[in-house]
Amino acid sequence: MKTVIDNYIRKEMFPNIWCPGCGNGIVLGAIIRAIDELKWDKNKIVAVSGIGCSSRITGYVDFCTMNTTHGRALPFATGIKMANHDLKVIVVMGDGDCSAIGGNHFIHAARRNIDLTAIVINNMIYGMTGGQYSPLTPTDKFGSTAPYGNIDQSFDLVELAITAGASYVARGTVYNPRQSTSLIKRALNKKGFSVVEVISDCPVSYGKMNKMKSPVDMLKWIKDIAVSKKVWEGLSPDEKKGKYAIGEFLSKDRPDYSELYEEIIKKAQKMGGNE
Amino acid sequence: MNNLKKKNNIKLLQGNEACAEGALLAGVKFFAGYPITPSSEIAENMARKLPKIGGKFIQMEDEIASMAAVIGASIAGLKSLTATSGPGMCLKQENLGFASINEIPCVVVNAQRGGPSTGLPTKPSQGDMMQARWGTHGDHPIIALAPSTVNEILTLTIKAFNFSEKYRTPVILLLDEVIAHMREKVEIPAPEDIEVVNRKKPTVPPEEYLPFRPDEDGVPPMANFGEGYRYHITGLVHSEKGLPISDSQQIDHFIRRINDKINKNIKDILIYEEYLLDDAKIALIAYGSVARAAERTVKLAREEGLKVGLLKLLTIWPFCFEKVNRLAQQVDLIIVPEMNLGQMALEVERASQGKCRVVPYGRVDGELINPIEILGKIREEIKK
Repeated sequence: MKTVIDNYIRKEMFPNIWCPGCGNGIVLGAIIRAIDELKWDKNKIVAVSGIGCSSRITGYVDFCTMNTTHGRALPFATGIKMANHDLKVIVVMGDGDCSAIGGNHFIHAARRNIDLTAIVINNMIYGMTGGQYSPLTPTDKFGSTAPYGNIDQSFDLVELAITAGASYVARGTVYNPRQSTSLIKRALNKKGFSVVEVISDCPVSYGKMNKMKSPVDMLKWIKDIAVSKKVWEGLSPDEKKGKYAIGEFLSKDRPDYSELYEEIIKKAQKMGGNE
Repeated sequence: MNNLKKKNNIKLLQGNEACAEGALLAGVKFFAGYPITPSSEIAENMARKLPKIGGKFIQMEDEIASMAAVIGASIAGLKSLTATSGPGMCLKQENLGFASINEIPCVVVNAQRGGPSTGLPTKPSQGDMMQARWGTHGDHPIIALAPSTVNEILTLTIKAFNFSEKYRTPVILLLDEVIAHMREKVEIPAPEDIEVVNRKKPTVPPEEYLPFRPDEDGVPPMANFGEGYRYHITGLVHSEKGLPISDSQQIDHFIRRINDKINKNIKDILIYEEYLLDDAKIALIAYGSVARAAERTVKLAREEGLKVGLLKLLTIWPFCFEKVNRLAQQVDLIIVPEMNLGQMALEVERASQGKCRVVPYGRVDGELINPIEILGKIREEIKK
């Protein structure tokens, strides 16, 4: 039987490179279902990624796709969107990709409010390289480069995106795929810079080093740490520790970068002359 | 009337302005950059002029991002330009490699200043010649051009775009602070007098399109994103379909193919000029602003009865190996004056294969090399 997913994947790329139990496939499914509900023309969809396990998603989907350099997916996508704003541009990044090496690009894409949808798969670790800690690894957790525990304070990507100027910011998890699908759909539909962080599991790297040996253990953990926005608001600062609020945090309307640049073109052409 | 039209086309332009004019004539529609001396005037000109023709300008958060945006815009169909200087050029290397492996047309200007590091922001240098060839890692194809006058900046900027589109490769335009900031008379050609090359488009339907299958010239036709051809682009070594590969034979074939497309077409890509070389026994090989001094040196030397000539390189990479090899058989001595410690002199020596003496003459103090000192070097060397 043909499923929705079959209409959007490049079968010749399978089997995929992901480990058993990896959350990336759940996020891939959520992205495809969201796009299918929107009935967008595949020829007008561009998916851009950086480097890392999650970034391999672009190879598996039947759109115009681009697996770029580490952390740089957003500026590549910015060029694509500026060149042709009829294209729907989706950017898929991992936590290290987006918030460490690509952190500067992330805040500036948000500041410009360029019309891109960034989906950040946050498994809280560098999975592909073997479990080094990332800027989204929680304090006190373990990584292969944090063998005595992580002393870094982690970013809250939602707060970072809101402060930097994004138009839409949400967080879901791979434990809640339906909610994630609907958040991604809303993000795709939003004009301007939209961000959906999806908390995901890496049983092989993160789980192994943090006493969660199976994918089931990890999903149960994600279930425990993720609380709805409403519940979150009622928690004390102590209760909030180690937990993540999920849901929609910001949805506002503000002109996107391409629209503003169209105004610049009009202004420049009105002024005439060669100078 | 014709004369009047011609007169109007003569302008006093700064080198960086001429670069912007050349880019516009070549059909540039997108610029992404980051401010840096001595290249910023290119960005400023682009910011002013691109929106007038419906093009786009964006100032990115850094040089890495501007190189990425330029590649993205090119894939989406716009001829794209970025401009920088040494420190920025270092940052561009990562994505320059991406453009190279994915055969994305784009032009990168490096208005060279003294280095290493922050170096000498407003003083000239030619210290990035080897970086232009080998700056990004791995065996990769590249074309690099080096004008020596403001007029040549204009014509070679057009050439740079044409080469990038024709061969699907990034092209580096190597200026130096002197010609980037100098003002000279420039004749702006009429659009109808300029050859403008656009990338080859696929002629097959989307289901048959293989984005990295080359035609006979070694260059694959390029579909822009959004034109109905859905395919994958990756920085990983890839198949003709664009998908990652791990078969060693396929990998070898791919790396050789992207390099061969430049080597096979080298005759079309090499541009150089000869000045009084026919009877020369001593040759100067120079490029960029130093070539101007070298030309004057030839005149002065000839007045003294010395049989000196000049080979002025306009295409730096690929290197004109055979031309230099022939020249080495003709002359007794080649002197290579350049504003570095002998980067191209090494290449000249390699091409000469011991057939004549090759002597570098380098300056790295941020000052221009003048004709008299090159003449002094000639006199010194002929005594040896």
